[in-house]
Amino acid sequence: MQYNWNWGILLQSPYFGWICSGLAWTIGTACAAWIIAFTLGSVIGVMRTTNIAALRIIGTAYVELFRNVPLLVQMFLWFFVFPELLPKAAGTWVKRDLPLPEFSTAVVCLGTYTASRVAEQVRAGIESIGQGQRYAGLAIGLTPVQVYRYVLLPVGYRIIIPPLTSDFLGIFKNSSLALTIGVLELTAQTRQIEEYTFQGFEAFTTATVLYCVVTFIVMTVMRVVERRTAIPGMISLSAK
Amino acid sequence: MFRKIGIAIAALVLTTVVGASAFAEEDSFVLKRIKERGVINIGIREASIPFSYTGPDGKPIGYTIDLCMKIVDKIKEEIKTPGLKINYVPVTPQTRIALLANGTIDLECGSTTNNLTRSKQVDFLEITFITGTQMGVKKSSGIKEIEDLNGKSIALALGTTNEKAVKAVIQEKGLNIKVVMVKDHPQGWLALETGRVDAYATDHVLVYGLISKSKDPSQYMVTGRFLSYDPYGIMVPRNDSAFRLIGNTVLSDLMRSGEMNKIYDKWFNPGPTNVNMPLSATLRTAFEIQALPY
Repeated sequence: MQYNWNWGILLQSPYFGWICSGLAWTIGTACAAWIIAFTLGSVIGVMRTTNIAALRIIGTAYVELFRNVPLLVQMFLWFFVFPELLPKAAGTWVKRDLPLPEFSTAVVCLGTYTASRVAEQVRAGIESIGQGQRYAGLAIGLTPVQVYRYVLLPVGYRIIIPPLTSDFLGIFKNSSLALTIGVLELTAQTRQIEEYTFQGFEAFTTATVLYCVVTFIVMTVMRVVERRTAIPGMISLSAK
Repeated sequence: MFRKIGIAIAALVLTTVVGASAFAEEDSFVLKRIKERGVINIGIREASIPFSYTGPDGKPIGYTIDLCMKIVDKIKEEIKTPGLKINYVPVTPQTRIALLANGTIDLECGSTTNNLTRSKQVDFLEITFITGTQMGVKKSSGIKEIEDLNGKSIALALGTTNEKAVKAVIQEKGLNIKVVMVKDHPQGWLALETGRVDAYATDHVLVYGLISKSKDPSQYMVTGRFLSYDPYGIMVPRNDSAFRLIGNTVLSDLMRSGEMNKIYDKWFNPGPTNVNMPLSATLRTAFEIQALPY
């Protein structure tokens, strides 16, 4: 291999700063998108398990739409097509005056996409509890909302912590697609460093290590959450 | 005693020199590996029009591809393998240097700017095209130079020399221009067409190509002074001067005989995609200077 290694370049200015800012944008994009994904996903997931047909249809339609279109295509649609569908003044505002347009678009796109996955996890969690608990709750006089609030959701969320961890990790890795609409996150900064220095192997190795570190931290945190929230004697909880 | 050693060293040096000059492929590791594999791996671009792109029948065509085919013919002669197979490997601006450096490809035939930083990782053959950064704008915008963009926005493709050039000018002049990063040329152009930005800057030849393919070419124009100097060259692996010499010999021959100008006209004047760029005086001079004699 005809390659001149130069690891020192990564610590030089401005490249070190680029990596740090890239990492910050990656974490920022992923966390902001996760807030949308978790809240919206929970609502949609609950909608899919209710007795009201209209809510179930809306929930199913949402999940199928956002889960089945590739994320890369969704990024493109949100950034280039969505503003064109709005009334002209609003479209121009989105294109010209929206604060941090690339970042906001990426967060919305990543959030709504991951929401469809979270929704499926929430639905699976609630359905795994079985109808018995729901009926028992109603029988003792709880309203349907109270049944969700005090019976189904507290148990359901605990059950789905492991698959939710996967989605939370996924959102960090998927955030790299935000570079296609111009968010200068970790992968984009890595490419930038390669283009300026042509030391691509060093830059990409660093990015790989940083992604691994971030996902490892997330995994550890989620494991702690799982252990802290565990209720002894409940199903599918690995904590003893 | 010392005389004996001296003679031994002299003999050793002599045999090495004679041995090396007798077999060209011996001192070129690239030629050696091409001969061993019976295949030459050529890096190509998929949409670098009209330099290197996929033709109607799915095969790579273009100005640089034509030049590379001449080089391949010469390589076949040099290693006496008339049945040498060609394997095309698609590359992108991000992958081309890494793939050449790690030996996946033996020759990169695209539209790569020859610059000194890149030369730390790869070698370039003689300059085959000269371009520079210019802007594509809507005619109605009245933008003439980059200074007119103050308070407005410009799209730049990630990982291009144009990005560096424009950002440097913005910084140097202290201009207040919002930069929107895009993935590739079609997205940059889309950003301009949909009004997300006021200009898209890239190599001037590519702006002409984008305009010729846009929905309404009469709406757009190429404007501004050159913000960078971008000479294109074919990339070859570093530290193999014997291999590079073969490539340069072929190019010098083409430039000396005038065949280079014919190949140029075939692709640019007006060219299959209507690029319509007659040979510039600078490039004509470059061809003349690089037509080295034997």
